[in-house]
Amino acid sequence: MSGTFDRRSFLRAVGGGIVVLVRLRPTAALAQGRGYPSDLNAYLRIGDDGRVTVFSGKIEMGQGVMTSLAQMAAEDLGVGLDAIEMVMGDTDRCPWDMGTFGSLTTRMFGPALRAAAAEARQILLRLASEKLGVPKDRLVVEKGVVSVKGEPTRKVSYGALARGQALLKTVDDKAAQRTVAEFTVMGGSPKRLDGIDKVTGAGKYAADVRLPGLLHARVLRPPAHGAKLVRVDTSEARKMDGVTVVETDGLVAVLHTDPETAEAALGRLRPEWSPAPPGADTEGIFEHLLGRAPQPEVRGVKGDVEAARAAATRRFESTFQKGYVAHAPMEPHASTATFENGRLTVWASTQTPFPTRDRLAQVLSLDPKAVRVVTPYVGGGFGGKSAGLQSDEAARLAKLTGRPVQVAFSRAEEFFHDTFDPACVVKITSALDGAGKITLWDYEVYFAGDRAAELFYDVPHARMRVFGGWRGAGNEAHRFAVGPWRAPGANMNVFARESHVDVMAAAAGIDPVEFRLRNMGDERMRRVLQAAAQAFGWTPAAAPSRRGWGVACGIDSASYSVLAVEVKVDRSSGKVRVERVVCAQDMGVVVNPEGATMQIEGSITMGLGYVLTEELRFRGGEVLDTNFDSYEVPRLSWLPRIETVLVKNDAVPPQGGGEPAIVPMGGAIANAVFDATGKRVYRLPMTPARVKAALA
Amino acid sequence: MPRAVSLTLNGKPVHLEADDKRTLLWVLRTDLGLTGTKYGCGVGLCGSCTVVVDGKAVRACQTTLADVQDRTVTTIEGLARDGRLHPIQQAFVDKGGFQCGYCTPGMIMNAYGLLLADPHPSRDKVIDAMEGNICRCSAYKRILEAIESVSRTEGGRP
Repeated sequence: MSGTFDRRSFLRAVGGGIVVLVRLRPTAALAQGRGYPSDLNAYLRIGDDGRVTVFSGKIEMGQGVMTSLAQMAAEDLGVGLDAIEMVMGDTDRCPWDMGTFGSLTTRMFGPALRAAAAEARQILLRLASEKLGVPKDRLVVEKGVVSVKGEPTRKVSYGALARGQALLKTVDDKAAQRTVAEFTVMGGSPKRLDGIDKVTGAGKYAADVRLPGLLHARVLRPPAHGAKLVRVDTSEARKMDGVTVVETDGLVAVLHTDPETAEAALGRLRPEWSPAPPGADTEGIFEHLLGRAPQPEVRGVKGDVEAARAAATRRFESTFQKGYVAHAPMEPHASTATFENGRLTVWASTQTPFPTRDRLAQVLSLDPKAVRVVTPYVGGGFGGKSAGLQSDEAARLAKLTGRPVQVAFSRAEEFFHDTFDPACVVKITSALDGAGKITLWDYEVYFAGDRAAELFYDVPHARMRVFGGWRGAGNEAHRFAVGPWRAPGANMNVFARESHVDVMAAAAGIDPVEFRLRNMGDERMRRVLQAAAQAFGWTPAAAPSRRGWGVACGIDSASYSVLAVEVKVDRSSGKVRVERVVCAQDMGVVVNPEGATMQIEGSITMGLGYVLTEELRFRGGEVLDTNFDSYEVPRLSWLPRIETVLVKNDAVPPQGGGEPAIVPMGGAIANAVFDATGKRVYRLPMTPARVKAALA
Repeated sequence: MPRAVSLTLNGKPVHLEADDKRTLLWVLRTDLGLTGTKYGCGVGLCGSCTVVVDGKAVRACQTTLADVQDRTVTTIEGLARDGRLHPIQQAFVDKGGFQCGYCTPGMIMNAYGLLLADPHPSRDKVIDAMEGNICRCSAYKRILEAIESVSRTEGGRP
C-alpha cells in the first residue's frame, strides 16, 4: 500500500463499494518514541450487501483485538458488531503494518480505524441525504440503517447506499469520533468474534494448513549455540522410503509427507559438530554481563546526585538479578510455504507479517510483490513471534523441493531458538531523611533498558544510567538470541524499584502503602494505589507484619497498574503460594471491559511464572531446558483469587492493556514474601531453593 | 508394516491401512485432516493434544493407532452435534475461557473426559484433573469458571 498507489485498480481489486483509507498522522507515531512508521494505514470497505470488512495488518494472538477493533469500527460507523468482518495479517489484502506488539494496537491503530469508520459514516449520511431528500442533520443511524428523524419508515440501508458505488476516500485520524457518552458498542463486552472457531477446533493456525503434496520438514539443529557443522552423513536417511534430504547453504533438512517419518529420518543423520566455545552458565551470567556492559546512557537527572550521596545519613544499596525467560507459547513457531510460478505464499505464526514478507523477499531474492504472508490465528506470541527462522526455512525448502513445505518447531526447538527475555541486573542506591522522604535515587540498569523505570516518586536528587537495552548490546553479551517479552525490560525495572522502595519503607518502619503515598505526588498513581489498597482491604502495618501482604506500582504502555497480593511461604520447602491478587488499573477509556479484565487476569497468572519458577538453564551455548518438565510454567493449581478494579478515567483515550498488569508482579510478590518472613529475595525467579536460602 | 486399523471416530467408522505404531496425534492431523487436536510438547506434559478414547481423556501424542483399534475416539471436531455446541464448548465461549485458543481443544476434551467420569466434581478434583493442561495465556480463572458452570448444571449432557 505504501509507495505508488493506483486508486482505480485498488478499488476494483476490493470489489468496489465505499472504501475509506486512513493515514496515521506522523506526529502521533513520533510521540510514542518507538519509531512507529509514519505510513500506517487502515481501511474498511462497505459492500453492497451492507457488510463491513476491516482490513488490518494486525494479528490475533489471544489478546482479543479482532473483537475490540471490530467494536471500534462498529461504534463509529453505526452498525452492529455482527455486520463486521475482520481480515487480519494478510500482506496481499491488508495495508502495511509494522507488527503487533507493545500494547499498541488499541492505542495507535484504534484511533486510525475509528477515524475511517467516522468518515465512512459521514459519506453514507451524505448519500442518504441525497437519496431521501432531507438534510444530514435530520438523519439518524441505527445498525446500518439511515432513517429520517421521527419518520422511521423513510429509510435506506448502508448496503443500498453502497450499491454501485466506487468511492475511495483518504482521511487522517482527526475525523470526529463519537464520545464516551454516545458509545453503544465500545465500552461493552460482546462475546469474542474468534470464540466459535476456537472452541470447535475449526480455527486454523499455521501448522494446520494442509496443501496437496505437503511435505513436513525437520531441520538439523546444533547441540549448542556456537557449535558449527563440520560434516554430515545423510546416507542412512536417504535410504528411507519417500524421504527427501536437502543440504544447502547451512540448511540441512529431511522431508516427508508424514511428520513422524521426517522425525525418524532426522534421527538417521550423522552430523559432526565443532565444539561450542565455552561460556557463562545460569549462575555465572550476571558477572559475565556486568563485565560486558557498554557505556551507559544517562537519563532523568535531577538535582545533585553526588552531593546527596555524600550528605546521606541513611543510605540503601541493593542489587537485583533476573535470568533468561522463555516465551513458551503453546503453539510452537510454524510456517507452511508454497512456491508456484515465481510466487511465494507463506502461512506463518508471526506477530510481524509485513516485515516477514520483506525478509522472505530478500532471502529468496524476490520482489516483495511476489511474496504473500498470511497470518492465521497465532497461538500465543508474548513478543516471541517477532523473529521467524521457521518462515525462512519453509520458504527456502518449498522453492528447492517444488512442493509445499511445513516447518513446525518441536518443543525443544522452541526452547532453543526462542528470542529470550534477557538476563539482567539492576543496582540501586538511595537515601531517606528522618521524615520518611526519599532524598536520593541512583539507578543503574544492565541489559534491560529503561522501560517502566521512570520514577513517579518525588525525589530531589535522581539519576538513571542505562547500560544496554533488552535487545542486547551488540557485543556478544548473550549467547543466544534475546528479544521482546511481554513488556520488555519493564518486569525487571519494576521488580527492582518496587522491592527497593519497600526496603526503605521497612527500614523507616512505615507501612508500604503509606510510604509510597508519602513520596508520591502523581495524582493518577495515588488514585490507582488507593483503589488497590481499598479493594484489597489493606490496613497499615510496617513490614514484616507476618501477614504476607505486598504492594507494587507500575506504569507501562501509558496505563497505571497497582497490584496488592497475599502470599503464603512454606518455610520447610521455600515454596511461595500466591493466594490472592488485587489489581487496580487506569487504562483510560476502556473499549471492552471484559476483554481488558481477561488481559489483566492473564498477565497476573502468567506473571507467576517469571516471578516464581521460570528461568532458562544453560551451560555455555547449551540450553538445558527442552520441555515443560524442567521449565515450569503456571498451571491451574497456581491460580490465585484475582480481583480487578478498572479505575475510571474517560479523560484519557484508550491505553495499553496486554502488558501493564504483568509488570508489578515481581515487586508485589517479593514484598509480600518479605512481609511474611522478614527476608528478601533479590533474584528472579524466587525458586523454592532461593527462598529457602534467604530464610536460612 | 501397514495393517488394517478400524476405529469409531467422532461417531463414524474409520478404516485405515497404516503402520499401527504410528502416533494418533499425527494420524489425526495428517491422514485424517483433523487439525483441531494440537501438538504442544510431544511427551504428554501440556495436554494440547487431548482426545477422549472410550470415555477417557488421553494424550494423542502418547497414543498409537494400535491403542485405538476397535475403540471409540472423540476429538474436538466431534463434540458439537447437529450444529449445536456442546455445553462445555458453550461455557468456554460464555465465560471467556480462552485467549489464543491453541490449548482450548485439549482443555475442552480433558474437561469432557472429566465430566463423563464425574459430572459433579469438587473444585479440588477439577484442578487435579486439569493440572496437566497448560494455558500459556493463563486464562485459568475463566477456564475453571467454564468447567464449574457445566458441572453445576443438572441434566446437562457432558
